[in-house]
Amino acid sequence: MTSDVLFRTYAVARKELWHILRDPQTLFFTLFVPVVELFMLGYAIDTNVRNMRTVIVDQCGTQQSRELIAMFENSQDFRVVARAWTDRQASELIVAGKARVGIVIPEDFTRRLESGRTAQILVLVDGTQSSVAAEAVNVSNAIALRQSLARVLAGGNMPVEARPRVLFNPDTRSANFFLPGLMVVMCQMMSTLLSAYAIVREKEQGTLEQLYMTPVQRGELIVGKMSPYIVLTTLEFCLIALLMWSVFRVPVHGNFFTLLALTQPFFLANLGAGLWISTRAATREAAGQMAMGTILPSVFLSGYVFPIDSMPWILQPVAYCLHTTWMIDASRSVILRGAGWPELWLHASVLTGMAIAALVLGSLSVQRRL
Amino acid sequence: MTQTPMPASSDAPPAAGPAPVIEAREVTIRFGSLTAVDHVSLTVERGEVFGLLGPNGSGKTTLIRALCGLLPLASGDARVLGHDVTAQSERIRHAIGYMSQKFSLYADLTVQENIDFYSGIYGLRNHAARLRQQELIAMTGLEPYLGRVTGKLSGGWKQRLALVCALLHRPRLVFLDEPTAGVDPVARRELWDMLFQLAGEGITLVVTTHYMDEAERCGRVAYLHLGQLLALGTPVELKRRPEVTPAGWRRVEIVAPDMASLLAQLRRRPTVREATIYGQSIHALVAESDDLADLAGHDVAIHPTIANLEDVFVTIARQRQQQFAEAG
Repeated sequence: MTSDVLFRTYAVARKELWHILRDPQTLFFTLFVPVVELFMLGYAIDTNVRNMRTVIVDQCGTQQSRELIAMFENSQDFRVVARAWTDRQASELIVAGKARVGIVIPEDFTRRLESGRTAQILVLVDGTQSSVAAEAVNVSNAIALRQSLARVLAGGNMPVEARPRVLFNPDTRSANFFLPGLMVVMCQMMSTLLSAYAIVREKEQGTLEQLYMTPVQRGELIVGKMSPYIVLTTLEFCLIALLMWSVFRVPVHGNFFTLLALTQPFFLANLGAGLWISTRAATREAAGQMAMGTILPSVFLSGYVFPIDSMPWILQPVAYCLHTTWMIDASRSVILRGAGWPELWLHASVLTGMAIAALVLGSLSVQRRL
Repeated sequence: MTQTPMPASSDAPPAAGPAPVIEAREVTIRFGSLTAVDHVSLTVERGEVFGLLGPNGSGKTTLIRALCGLLPLASGDARVLGHDVTAQSERIRHAIGYMSQKFSLYADLTVQENIDFYSGIYGLRNHAARLRQQELIAMTGLEPYLGRVTGKLSGGWKQRLALVCALLHRPRLVFLDEPTAGVDPVARRELWDMLFQLAGEGITLVVTTHYMDEAERCGRVAYLHLGQLLALGTPVELKRRPEVTPAGWRRVEIVAPDMASLLAQLRRRPTVREATIYGQSIHALVAESDDLADLAGHDVAIHPTIANLEDVFVTIARQRQQQFAEAG
């Protein structure tokens, strides 16, 4: 009896594999799109702010003002693209989008400095790009503070100095932050969609009705159909990881097999979601839209792009209910922080629990009776 | 549950020989407030070719699904191959074949792959699977098409493949739900030849169809209308039923040059109840009192005839609608 179950499950899995191989176009796009995505994020996206276009208005024109400008330029955050003579000209350049930052040094800058009064400089910042604005404000404050301290101490040592040491990602490279999350999100999309399609396709073609007339059981059908997709998604995960490591030089500090083991319950949870979708969608288009609907919250709430700590308090518990959140955290932990089982047992148990829940719900919704 | 006098142990092998293959008693199936099958009782014996007829939506497919154990019965009970359809649907599915009205194999797989898949889910292993496949491929002549992608076959070859897939596990009962819809006449006849060959081997066939010539080929025919079984019997029995050609009425065949005007003329006569064109002639149900003498000319020929199956079903369905209308 057990061997019958295995035999039928194998027959279903083998047939599903034939479907995959018979349709190389779908296979290619399934495997290829995540790779394109990887290259786009790896090369194009850099969230670190550098070389902000800056317009300088030096109304003072003294040695002190030129020193100050040099400090701004040396920080590498600012790149002087224009010089102007009035505040007005500076803001016009910013409105025109030619500069993001304007630094205005008033005529009395040196005079006030030498008479011991507070010398002011005006920093105009284009707030439309919030990350640029924040960076400009921070850096100019730091430069001003440093200048002030230097003058107050008059050559003495700085009383306190912060020496930041960025752990795990010393160059604060965006690729290191994004790619371990990207692997997770891409594979989630792939496994959810493929498993939803696998059942909906049979519904669309009327072949499911025929299967109901045969001895094949609900469980055999599900396991048989899903197993080729688990293998395919695991291979895709390994491919993205390989490219991430070899092309984008993201170092893998932990054990990759630990991560691979953690992906299995994650993929199973996706397949459960896919099953659930397949029972509600009549066509592949509908299934695709529903799958996108489940993936979008995962992208925005999982900490893939936006850190969970800076989300509104009401959304934070929601984030921890998503399996993607746990998987992305596990992926970053293993790849960037070199975490192992002692740090990851919670992730493993949460993901396993979610996988069981999703599969049970998914299987229950696949009705044996039409 | 009511106790039956027969010891109905679920582990007992289905009784061979005299026990009917299908035994449905007062089977009723409801979808919400809609009654899709309404107190239908019928039995089908081993080796029969049993025709299930009726307009679209009359409950044919629903009845078949229920007999496969896929739908819960609202009331009544049914046994298929000795198994109860509610409690033992798994056993039924091992022993029946099903060929659906729509082509329902995998269009992107090859013929051989489809056959291999069904061999697999019916649990046929290596040698046994090969032998059975070869046997059926020889019967259907599918050999030259084994490597073809199924979606590119013509309708007739697709149906042959569907038949192969439905027969792999040597079912004792095969349901064929409109197996010849959209198949050309030559392929239809060849398919029917195969079906009779199977019936000769003792396999019971339940076939739904809209084609009257196919209904004529069936050993017995059941006619469903709005979920109710209106007629059941051999084609000859049905044609001789008194309500089809009531006492005081006769059926005639009229051949005339201008059939359209003659048809209109006939339909106006109070002594003519039905008149329909069949190819080159008109079939009419005429009162014995009317000898149609005024129509007879030198180029109008009138012969007595008997009802065909279409007449039977049309008459029965109309009578039922009238009863329905009279009942309010």
